Amino acid sequence: MKLRKISAAASAAVVLALTATACGSGSDSGSNGDKINIGIKFDQPGMGLKTPDGTYTGFDVDVARYVAKELGYPEDKINWKQAPSAERENMIKNGDVKYIVGTYSITEKRLKEVDFAGPYFVAHQDLLVRADDNSITKVEDLNSKKLCSVAGSTSAQNVRDKLAPKADLRQLGGYSECLTGLENKSVDALTTDATILAGYAAQKEHQGKFKLAGLSLSDEKYGIGLKKGDADLKGKINKALEKMISDGTWDKLVKQHFGPSGYKNDPAPKIAG
Amino acid sequence: MFDFLDSGQYDLLGAFWVTAQLALYSAIGSLIWGTALAAMRVSPVPLMRTFGTTYVNLVRNTPLTVVIVACSFGLDQTLGITLGADSSEDIGFRLAILGLVAYTGTFVCEALRSGINTVPTGQAEAGRALGLSFTQVLTLVVLPQAFRAAVTPLANVLIALTKNTTVAAAIGAAEAALLMKDMIENEADALFVVFALFAFGFMVLTLPTGLFLGWAAKRLAVKR
Repeated sequence: MKLRKISAAASAAVVLALTATACGSGSDSGSNGDKINIGIKFDQPGMGLKTPDGTYTGFDVDVARYVAKELGYPEDKINWKQAPSAERENMIKNGDVKYIVGTYSITEKRLKEVDFAGPYFVAHQDLLVRADDNSITKVEDLNSKKLCSVAGSTSAQNVRDKLAPKADLRQLGGYSECLTGLENKSVDALTTDATILAGYAAQKEHQGKFKLAGLSLSDEKYGIGLKKGDADLKGKINKALEKMISDGTWDKLVKQHFGPSGYKNDPAPKIAG
Repeated sequence: MFDFLDSGQYDLLGAFWVTAQLALYSAIGSLIWGTALAAMRVSPVPLMRTFGTTYVNLVRNTPLTVVIVACSFGLDQTLGITLGADSSEDIGFRLAILGLVAYTGTFVCEALRSGINTVPTGQAEAGRALGLSFTQVLTLVVLPQAFRAAVTPLANVLIALTKNTTVAAAIGAAEAALLMKDMIENEADALFVVFALFAFGFMVLTLPTGLFLGWAAKRLAVKR
């Protein structure tokens, strides 16, 4: 019976601790104060990643920082918000964020809901393979392979419906789970945008283990998502992006984030305006 | 509004059929495993009782996602156990059933134990006095009545199980939740329609189950 009392006390303590932290982490909403809310991905190395010490790194994050600076918001005025793929349109529509820089491909369906500035980067779907594996050189090779991608992603659907319908496609919850399979040889390749793959290949714990196959399986134009009809903001962001490309910051950032993986990027895209 | 369904790009019925299959196989599996666990927990052998209690408390309190992902991570990707399946989709499907059975079995066990508690102790004692063994008392006297009393809680477990099959999308079983992820990715202009569609689909699966088992519970209850 003594045990029961102890466990009750322990569970009460846990509940208290949880509520206390919940109170502590409250954040101010609304993007119209002197701070700006920006949506990014928190879980994609190389593009948008929240590090364990609470800072944010990645190409998307640096682009977002640069644009914010041009709009008049220095680093300490930025509220970073996580923008998971399924929630991006609603976050923009509800005004939770001013804009989203998070591997956000410009598609027709999305243009019905939000506007895009940019594109600021053109990525291609590619494959990540083990460093000693040279068996994939063209699309046709995929049909006999075991591939892995994130469930529901555009890349997974591309492989399944168009590129290699006969390939054995494993759909998992996240890229890191696929990487475990790739390392243990239960899958042959991980497929998604080359930018994301490059981010994983360049991570310290993965360096030298994996490489990009170098196939361009699709074109993904990354844009900065913002509220539909906000032509003023769109113009400002486009101007900032143009400046970023012309003053050499773009090249520097690309080299910094994708360089270590040997990823050959496309030249900077033309801003649509 | 529903025009994206006419494009032929999505196999909605197929996806829900996989969900129904997942639920059905897992239900059968967890009914068997749960009964075995319940038998262990009321058995006179201390070792079996300890195992049953430990297992139930351990697995019941582990999040289902962790159980399912552990099946994929640990069994398939690390140890190479694929349960005899060749394609990734089949591996995901079978491992998901394994995970769902392991998890739902604990709830079936507890529902059955509550059913066993409705059987007056005198009956088990009378059985023993007649010279019946533990197995005989359990299978001939106690369990038949326990099942009849436990229909309502078991229906709850079955409905929860049907909805829990969505977690199988995390390891690539091609069921409804996976198709929903596809649609969310492609149909940014119809997100709420997509959500409503899948919510409706699950209600079509679970509402009749609940109504039928509610009716059955009334019919089967042991009148005392």
